[in-house]
Amino acid sequence: MTPGGRVAIAGGTMQPQSMFSSRTPLVAGLLLLVASLSLASLLIGPAPLSPALAVKALVSDQGGASIVVREIRLPRTLLALLIGWIFGLTGAGLQGLLRNPLADTAVFGAPQAAAFGAVLVLYSGLVGALSWALPFAAIVGALLSIALVVLVAGRRATVVVLVLSGLAVGGLAGAGTSLAISLSPNPFAVTEIVFWLLGSLEDRSRTHVVLALPFILIASGLVLAAAPGLRALALGEETARSLGTDVTRLRLLIVAGAAIGTGASVAVAGTIGFIGLVAPHLVRPFVGYDPARTLVPAGLVGAALLLAADCAVRLIPSGTEVKIGVLTAILGVPFFLWVIARRKAELLETPA
Amino acid sequence: MTRLQTRSLSVDLGRRRVLTRLDLSLQPGRLTVIVGPNGAGKTTLIRALAGLVAPAEGSVTLDGRPVGQMRAAERARAIAYLPQGGEIAWPLAVSQVVGLGRLPHGEKPDALPAGGREAVASAIRETGLENFEDRPATELSGGERARVLLARALATQAPVLLADEPVAALDPRHQLVVLDVLRSHARAGGTVIAVMHDLTLAARYADDMVLLRQGLIEAHAPPHEVLTEAQLASSFGIRAHIARGESGLVVVADRPLPRP
Repeated sequence: MTPGGRVAIAGGTMQPQSMFSSRTPLVAGLLLLVASLSLASLLIGPAPLSPALAVKALVSDQGGASIVVREIRLPRTLLALLIGWIFGLTGAGLQGLLRNPLADTAVFGAPQAAAFGAVLVLYSGLVGALSWALPFAAIVGALLSIALVVLVAGRRATVVVLVLSGLAVGGLAGAGTSLAISLSPNPFAVTEIVFWLLGSLEDRSRTHVVLALPFILIASGLVLAAAPGLRALALGEETARSLGTDVTRLRLLIVAGAAIGTGASVAVAGTIGFIGLVAPHLVRPFVGYDPARTLVPAGLVGAALLLAADCAVRLIPSGTEVKIGVLTAILGVPFFLWVIARRKAELLETPA
Repeated sequence: MTRLQTRSLSVDLGRRRVLTRLDLSLQPGRLTVIVGPNGAGKTTLIRALAGLVAPAEGSVTLDGRPVGQMRAAERARAIAYLPQGGEIAWPLAVSQVVGLGRLPHGEKPDALPAGGREAVASAIRETGLENFEDRPATELSGGERARVLLARALATQAPVLLADEPVAALDPRHQLVVLDVLRSHARAGGTVIAVMHDLTLAARYADDMVLLRQGLIEAHAPPHEVLTEAQLASSFGIRAHIARGESGLVVVADRPLPRP
């Protein structure tokens, strides 16, 4: 695929010669996009507010409008921002680590496993819905699934092995979640299963933001710390090691970052998939396919995608709000299939 | 002076002993070619020299210092390693791939300082890739890609260059181009070690030859001393004709000998 001729998100075209040019315009453009989508997210809802009033209500006390913006819409906006960011970032990190454009926490079944972890502690009656134990349990679930897939797929992961092992882990965790909820003495079991398996940002509070934020920051730090090594890894593990990269440390950083980010996100929003798969693909041509420079723009695109999706579910006319996980899956799965179709030759035998 | 030495080097892969008590001294300014039948331990030897696999016993030293104890970045600046059939995972531009060779110096391929840019430019010049700099490396032919990966190793400007089968799967012209680069790198004072299978080609380019068999060094000498009909019979299990041509030895493998 040639990057030239494509209209960049930053508003220009990228020729291969400009490989040495800075990525500042791209990042600045994406920041602008994320900012406008955040504002849109504060505006959209059953209570009609003008943009001016919404901003005013956010920064100063405007009575009812402030309650709507600060208590109802702001947490939702922040969560979409944070979760989209960390999914995009970890997706780019995992794709760089495994040198495989189909790698993503969602493909590994990590969100389902994280949900299973959260559900286990929640419905065993150990903790309440807003406990710190929840993200920890979800992180353990995510860690197990990602570590398992990375382990099973091995160092030279073929696309087939990667997808199949992820499918198995995700399927098992999803079934486990349903079972755990069904067995609990919960009259709303079905609704709850729907929440954990499909994900939603509806009716979140500040507490949810506080619960997820520290973990997402830690996860971001871990993945970004791996950036320099990802470059060397483009030439394979042996070459990366000969270039002085500690591949084991790199693997630990990214797997831990992905697990912590996914766990914390799922603990507050349920299973939301495919952001991390899609986002890196959208930015890669604009950063010269450099796996290190893909990270931050992929995170921003992830945030933009999830904000847009969250605005969309509020605008789609329906009785109850469409779950955001449904929307991301509807958009993400065809994309996933498209990537597979493009790399069909590889599926035959060679490692990715 | 950069002298790469092994002392009584033994390497295990899993439970199997692959190299047994090797003593080697590799000189700067010379192109040493490692030959030997499949499974003799050639790749393991070159990986051990690169510090990528730890010795079970003995040591690999660079100017007297154990390679395994050097800091990773320092070792990477001293020893460049070109693995067999190297992969390039993303469609990175050729100049970016070559720029990865500057990572051990703490330089970023997308923002190289003047020294790094000069190293990349001269590596690209040496391998004849001047018109390929902006092409995605994954879209090149096998021969061109091999040159890109060689340029990447050269860009590090390490005194030691280790190449594992750098000319396997290349057409004859690319084989000569790559070997010319390796030889001129050695002439310029580098310690260059390459694994090869083509004995005639190896004999033409090698200053020294190391013949490995079952993890042991059968011979370490200039090619005409190593490649004798008796040696090829005992090490490779073939009957071969060796002729002295205008451009060096010509080795023609005639037929396999029955296993003793």
